[in-house]
Amino acid sequence: MEILSLLGDGMLVAIQPLNLMLILIGVTLGLFIGAMPGLGSVNGVAILLPVTFLVPPGSAIIFLAAIYYGAMYGGAISSITLGIPGASTAVATTFDGRPLAMMGKARLALVAAAIGSFVGGTVANVLFTGFAPLLATVALSFGPPEIFALMLLAFATFVGLGGDDIAKTVFSICFGLVLATVGFDQVSGAPRLLLFDLSGFLGGISFLVLAIGVYGIGEMLWTLESTRGKITTTDAKMSVKGIVEDMGETARKGWKGTATGSFLGFFVGVLPAAGATPASLMSYAITKMLSKNKHEFGKGHVGGVAAPEAGNNSASTGSMLPMLTLGIPGSPTTAILLGGMVIWGLTPGPRLFVDEPDFVWGLIGSFYVSNIFALLVNICAIPLFIWMLRMPFTVLAPLIFVLSVVGGYAAMQDMFDIWLILAFGFGAFFLRKFDYPLAPAVLAIVLGPIAEPTLRQSLLLSSGDPSIFFTRPISMPIMVIAILLILMPAFKYLRPRRTSAAE
Amino acid sequence: MNILKTLAIGIAALGLSAPAAMADWQPRKPIDFVIMAGPGGGADQIARFIQSVVEKKDMTSRPLIPNNKGGGSGAESLIWLNDANDANHTLLVTLNSFFATPIRQPELGIDIQTFTPVAMMGVDPFALWVHKDSGIETFEQWVETVKAADGEYVVGGTGTGQEDSIVFAYLSKAYDLKLKYIPFDGGGAVAAALAGQQIMATVNNPAEARGFYQSGDVRPLLVFSDERMESYPDAPTLKEQGHDFSYYNQRAIVGAPGMSDEAATYYQDLFAEVYNSEEWQGYMEKESLSPLWMDADEQRGYWKIQVDNHNDLLTGMK
Repeated sequence: MEILSLLGDGMLVAIQPLNLMLILIGVTLGLFIGAMPGLGSVNGVAILLPVTFLVPPGSAIIFLAAIYYGAMYGGAISSITLGIPGASTAVATTFDGRPLAMMGKARLALVAAAIGSFVGGTVANVLFTGFAPLLATVALSFGPPEIFALMLLAFATFVGLGGDDIAKTVFSICFGLVLATVGFDQVSGAPRLLLFDLSGFLGGISFLVLAIGVYGIGEMLWTLESTRGKITTTDAKMSVKGIVEDMGETARKGWKGTATGSFLGFFVGVLPAAGATPASLMSYAITKMLSKNKHEFGKGHVGGVAAPEAGNNSASTGSMLPMLTLGIPGSPTTAILLGGMVIWGLTPGPRLFVDEPDFVWGLIGSFYVSNIFALLVNICAIPLFIWMLRMPFTVLAPLIFVLSVVGGYAAMQDMFDIWLILAFGFGAFFLRKFDYPLAPAVLAIVLGPIAEPTLRQSLLLSSGDPSIFFTRPISMPIMVIAILLILMPAFKYLRPRRTSAAE
Repeated sequence: MNILKTLAIGIAALGLSAPAAMADWQPRKPIDFVIMAGPGGGADQIARFIQSVVEKKDMTSRPLIPNNKGGGSGAESLIWLNDANDANHTLLVTLNSFFATPIRQPELGIDIQTFTPVAMMGVDPFALWVHKDSGIETFEQWVETVKAADGEYVVGGTGTGQEDSIVFAYLSKAYDLKLKYIPFDGGGAVAAALAGQQIMATVNNPAEARGFYQSGDVRPLLVFSDERMESYPDAPTLKEQGHDFSYYNQRAIVGAPGMSDEAATYYQDLFAEVYNSEEWQGYMEKESLSPLWMDADEQRGYWKIQVDNHNDLLTGMK
């Protein structure tokens, strides 16, 4: 009950006229920042941080959190309409969002993304409100072996992600893992895999660069090739009735994905070092694995849009938790928010909930309000985004190309990244021609940099003894499930042979 | 022809008169404010704090844009500065990896004396921390516990060869201890790992450990400063224990090699203003930083001493 009254107080803070206005501006700005490829929530929050010195700290973080929220919704928009992920958190949304748009169902995809985001955000808010201090303790009990086990579990779900050809999926994962090791080694500090001695590789390969290359340029080339230059437009009619119908369809076909994404996303977000990008990718993979209609994923399944969107919104709320209570940012965006808190004179840590209840509960209250606003602004803006799709592909293709290049440059302001984007774009096109699944490579480059150091830390802890993964109470069950999942294709392979032998 | 000539002369005249008219150099584009560490650690907090002070007081005509390049114990950022496209708009927020990394990795080809000194903003002391549930109250107890663990005592810090590992290496040598050192990605992650008892001790800076110190989860046993620290009056210095060793992390701003003298003067004045601001003075007090202002020449002298010190320390680690 005490929590409810604290939350009530927080809501009252959030709906003060100044804060309400900041929330509205924040989610709208965030929506467009998220929709612009290359301009993710990180850039949005960083650019607007100085603006927040004009208002009190409580309002400042509410504003920044509203941008963060809006950007999580917005990232889906360009993923669906253009096939370029608006932000790294929305990469998984392209897997099914883009095929839906190509089938003329862009409106359905956008509605599914909005609903998924809203439900994910709401579930996360409730979990945050009810269990924040408890979850902070759970997050602390996740040491290197536990996080590695979780990453292994995520890799195990990829095997189900790549379709029937397991060998090609494994190749794709390995390829992604190799790309993930480029740059400096965190443990020893030694530079690795600086291909052709190019100093541009020192900083490693940015995930966004890979994603824009593979999904922006690669997808554009693929569409050009498959339509052979014929002028195509995506038909998508707009009507209020249609939006309502789409909501119904999202509820019927996408509820499983939404539920998976909402809970899994929050949990992954809470873990330090993970964040919303792995959360959305893992939500997609697990939803697909649990679905009866696996073959429909990647070709335009509503659940494949709702799951990652629920996952990334849920995780973005979740990742506020380690930031506020442990002082470690769960994602690059929360790192900037953390910097903001230091500037405003607040010390993140276990005492924050006790010492600054107005600040903390005002922020939590604002999550609820931001979520509702973001949903409304997003639904209202859908016709605008659909209108973009009326352009013939001959106009859209150059636009995608320009946006990909500009977006890739905007992220780090390094020309080197643009050459990489083009290389990845062409590489992805050819891999796709030979039926190699690309999603596992993308997942590997996100999770590799988390899995590798935690594996090495674990082995340092145990002096090289791998049994450390099976002797700790949390990592053991996760490891067992992961290993079973990896072995599953082998079981499947053996079983039909046995039955046929019996015949 | 005439028009062209006039234009050409006009442009040339503009070009000549421009520097004279702008005796005061000003940045012409956003300043790349490179941070030698990942997000959340001490250097990152300081960089973002400085950025906010500069923004709040409107001290520059162009913003400072923080840019985390923590890869390879700071090697990534050193190379970034060495190869800076625009030396006049590239600054680095440093820690001691500025000295240690070029020594450990000579193949990087970094000579820090070519860099441009801008400002020494203060130095950050180190302390030895344990979890409250360990039951360890004093440094003597700690040494006994580590000895009793016989190589199974797990400590954590930032990357191998970075500040934390240097401090632990000195301790283990001085007291003949066997420690298992686990590297983490930044001081924030180290502090959380101790709070979650994934590791048994750290040598975090006060700012990094502050949240968990306030909540009572962690306890300082020893400080590595020259004098006892006001914030932890009960923790003895290592010098009191009879070892002539103190270690601080430098919180300094350094410019790219090849920065013009005018630009260097501009940034030196800018950071002097930040240093003297109420905000920065307050921050140093709150985060237990020791004030230590140095001008450009003093900084070059300090760099020489630190390079020698780190040479000795790193040779001692092998």
